Amino acid sequence: MTANGGSVLELRDFRVTFPTHFGDVMAVRGVDVDVAEGELLGVVGESGSGKSVTFLGLMGLLPRSARIEGSARIGGFELVGAPKKVINRVRGKRVAMIFQDPLSALNPVHRIGDQIVEMILSHQQMGKKAAWEKSVELLDIVGIPQPRERASQYPHEFSGGMRQRVMIAMAIANDPEVLIADEPTTALDVTVQAQILDVLQRIRQEMRTAVVLITHDLGVIARIADRVQVMYAGRVAERGDIGPIFAHPTHPYTQGLLNSIPALGRERLTPIPGAPPNMLQPPSGCAFRVRCPHAIDACAGDLPELRQLGDLATACIRAEELTALRSVS
Amino acid sequence: MTDAAATPVIEVQELVKVFPVRRAKGIRVTKRLVQAVSDVSFSIGSKETLGLVGESGSGKSTLGRCVLQLIEPSAGSVKYKGTELVGMSREQLRPLRRELQIVFQDPFASLDPRLTVGDAIAEPLKIHKVDGDHLARVRSLLDLVGLSPDHASRYPHEFSGGQRQRIGVARALALDPTFIVLDEPVSALDVSIQAGVINLLQDLQVELDLSYLFIAHDLSVVRHISERVAVMYLGKLVEVGPAEELYTGAAHPYTQALLSAIPEPDPVVERERESLTLIGDIPSPIDPPSGCRFRTRCPKAQPRCATEEPELIDRGFGHPVACHYPERLPDSISAAVDFQSGSVG
Amino acid sequence: MTDLLPSIATAPVEFVPETVPTAESEGLAKSISPRRMALKRFLSHKPAVICTVILAMMVLFVVLSPLTARYGVNEAIFPTTAERSNRYISPSSEAWFGTDEIGRDLYSRLIYGTQVSLQIGLATAVIAVFIGTAVGAYAAMRGGFFDDVLMRVTDIFIAFPFLVALLVIRNMLGEVPWLEPILGERTSIRFVIFLLAVLVWTTVARVVRGQVLALKEREFIEASRAVGASNFRIVTRHLLPNSIGPILVALTFTVVLAIIAEATLSFFGFGPQLGSGATSLGNLVATSKENVLSGHWWMVIFPCVTLLLLALTINFVGDGLRDATDPKLQRGGGRA
Repeated sequence: MTANGGSVLELRDFRVTFPTHFGDVMAVRGVDVDVAEGELLGVVGESGSGKSVTFLGLMGLLPRSARIEGSARIGGFELVGAPKKVINRVRGKRVAMIFQDPLSALNPVHRIGDQIVEMILSHQQMGKKAAWEKSVELLDIVGIPQPRERASQYPHEFSGGMRQRVMIAMAIANDPEVLIADEPTTALDVTVQAQILDVLQRIRQEMRTAVVLITHDLGVIARIADRVQVMYAGRVAERGDIGPIFAHPTHPYTQGLLNSIPALGRERLTPIPGAPPNMLQPPSGCAFRVRCPHAIDACAGDLPELRQLGDLATACIRAEELTALRSVS
Repeated sequence: MTDAAATPVIEVQELVKVFPVRRAKGIRVTKRLVQAVSDVSFSIGSKETLGLVGESGSGKSTLGRCVLQLIEPSAGSVKYKGTELVGMSREQLRPLRRELQIVFQDPFASLDPRLTVGDAIAEPLKIHKVDGDHLARVRSLLDLVGLSPDHASRYPHEFSGGQRQRIGVARALALDPTFIVLDEPVSALDVSIQAGVINLLQDLQVELDLSYLFIAHDLSVVRHISERVAVMYLGKLVEVGPAEELYTGAAHPYTQALLSAIPEPDPVVERERESLTLIGDIPSPIDPPSGCRFRTRCPKAQPRCATEEPELIDRGFGHPVACHYPERLPDSISAAVDFQSGSVG
Repeated sequence: MTDLLPSIATAPVEFVPETVPTAESEGLAKSISPRRMALKRFLSHKPAVICTVILAMMVLFVVLSPLTARYGVNEAIFPTTAERSNRYISPSSEAWFGTDEIGRDLYSRLIYGTQVSLQIGLATAVIAVFIGTAVGAYAAMRGGFFDDVLMRVTDIFIAFPFLVALLVIRNMLGEVPWLEPILGERTSIRFVIFLLAVLVWTTVARVVRGQVLALKEREFIEASRAVGASNFRIVTRHLLPNSIGPILVALTFTVVLAIIAEATLSFFGFGPQLGSGATSLGNLVATSKENVLSGHWWMVIFPCVTLLLLALTINFVGDGLRDATDPKLQRGGGRA
């Protein structure tokens, strides 16, 4: 299925720039991504990290004025620079995306079943009846009870969690190789969030879909991600398997994130001082340096590249040094 | 000051709030009622934080506003330091508004975009005709919440979300209140910024002897900041107790499901624990289920649950629970597995 | 007061006050008020700026009539003689826009007439906006029965075809005896202004009501309430200032509406008859209907083009104002 070492989705030096009134906003400044079949990659970041923009750019969902550079391949097929017609064929068929707010993504005047059928028929040849059957089947896969009756209902008759499941059903309708979920549970209640995460788990296990889960919630990542990518100011700060990232992160930003959330035994939280970066004029060199307790002069120099350090890939030039200091103290 | 336990700062009893909703079915117009808050009672002591958790439809935001009389309760009583607030006219309430304040969730909508930050913070002082130099007070308030006093002449859009939230806190503190309702104060902020605001709230509580009603859906934040926690479901309190006791030994199935659903930022813990995923959706508060409102999603619902509403009383677990069959769960499922605590890095 | 704020110098060491990004780091020279931001946005809307300039020039021209007009409003450019009639002279160096049926200079009359029409338009707009804002804001705040009644009243006004309503109300108002001293004759300017204001205020009320309703539930309003602000304070200090945008836009379209309505009234002979030869733009446009077939093209073209230009420029300015004050463009940023 894949010709290039197992990665279903591969981004190399991916860049997105928005021209604005005040100048160019470099939202994504050279990002690499690899996701293998059946793997769930968690992408973590806050405001200005570029985590959503990266994948919106990949899907061709950004305004026309946005400049996209670099490489983005689905199963070896290059998307950057491809003609619109080609992207439309790939989008929905080989890579699908679901968003934070399912309500605005569903058409309120069409039945749910019809909307899924529309999704199916835009990429597959099938009779209408067969497509309807498939849509009922999909609703069942995502865990909607009484799928046959529900398929004839309208979006307003579904709750938020149900709608998100419908979005997932639409997304997997054409059996895509990659499913990108952009903050799918942020707007949902905690108990419903758990249900949706279960659905995502099941999909990637049973259908072997590669899943990219974009979120700011480290708990969600901890629950279902295999690998994690931490983004800051349009670049990747750290990357690795889930265990090492949480157990011994090497990048000060990752550490800062983990230290700032409530946990048992913590009397006091440690916020990261400063504010999220201004992407119009990000700090030179490592953008995190203005908020980093370990910054040195060299951090303001070149843009730090990701490099392998044990079981993690880190973009902090002082990573080894700081780890050594920690183990000594 | 008298014994804090004897006169709680806030005492709510049997508070009820219903909203009429008119649904037109064909030509018939039926009047239905949203049971936003049903028969809620609790109290908050001096310098205490009561955390109020619940999901959508729980009525927690409505409850917060009812306590402050921003929404008029349909029935029940709210006493501030022994004085009954329900039924007071706006004139009578005004002087009390100095002592009861609120901080909102949305840092962008909670400030008038046309007023400078200084003007926004000074407005309470102007309304209540407070003596003294307003500008000086505004500056010291800004300093108190960790912002530069020189920025009093700037406009809200020039600040980040976390800073705007701090401005909201400064405004709430302007009249030196005793009690503050915090309605999801950090939900709209980036994770790393939340910590700063949470720390600020904790420090201020100690420095200024404040009591808080901390409303949130993020249970880990609530646990961090609250002494006691109340869990709300569809307008009713299902369990109330000291924070640690609730998180380690919850007895109500909803609380347990809620705790089980919060993802912990520790993959080892997450993978090892079983989750109690609830089936179905939260019912509409217009027609809540009869008897125990949680029974439609409860894994151990019995016939009795449909006919008899469980009261919020002590059933032998040390704190009130509203369930006919409460039960503590073995440790592997509860959310308080001790993992490596402390800082990372 | 001072003892209420103990210093936090004793706060725990980890309490790191956030560094507020200074103006320089944000790339801004100094604090920009929302008003200035709106102005900047307006200035970047090219059609609006051009039209503002054109409009300003027109208004200035018209206001400085002693300087710009060449003749009096009722003055023939020269008396008719046996050799040369002063009637219907086509545009020439003596009369830039030609003359009318009694030899008066159209150009000068156009200036005076536009002056009158602008007065009517502005006066109507001010009255209508004043009443409309007050009623709309009150209805939105009060809600309930009053609001329902207001909505039905405006619905009625909107449902009637404009012309029909215009003429019917004109008749009705003229019949009421005790109003006559206040409004004057049916053909007076005062009456016309009042008539138009009565028709137009409902649209303004709707706009303002909509805006206030939208703002009423915003959290900063709730915050003011929580501090004990009275309804009056909330309306005057918070709701109305934040509604300036739609109110300004309502003002502009009311002016246009009034000017065109006046022209419509004149077209049917119900316009303001100002004695001693004075005229209004509407009057001039109205007389064009007699001249279309007779070949006196200047009598048609110049008044109509002036009316068109006036209406278009005011409309575009209104567009620019709307874009400049549209809250959707006022983003404060948010989570990525």
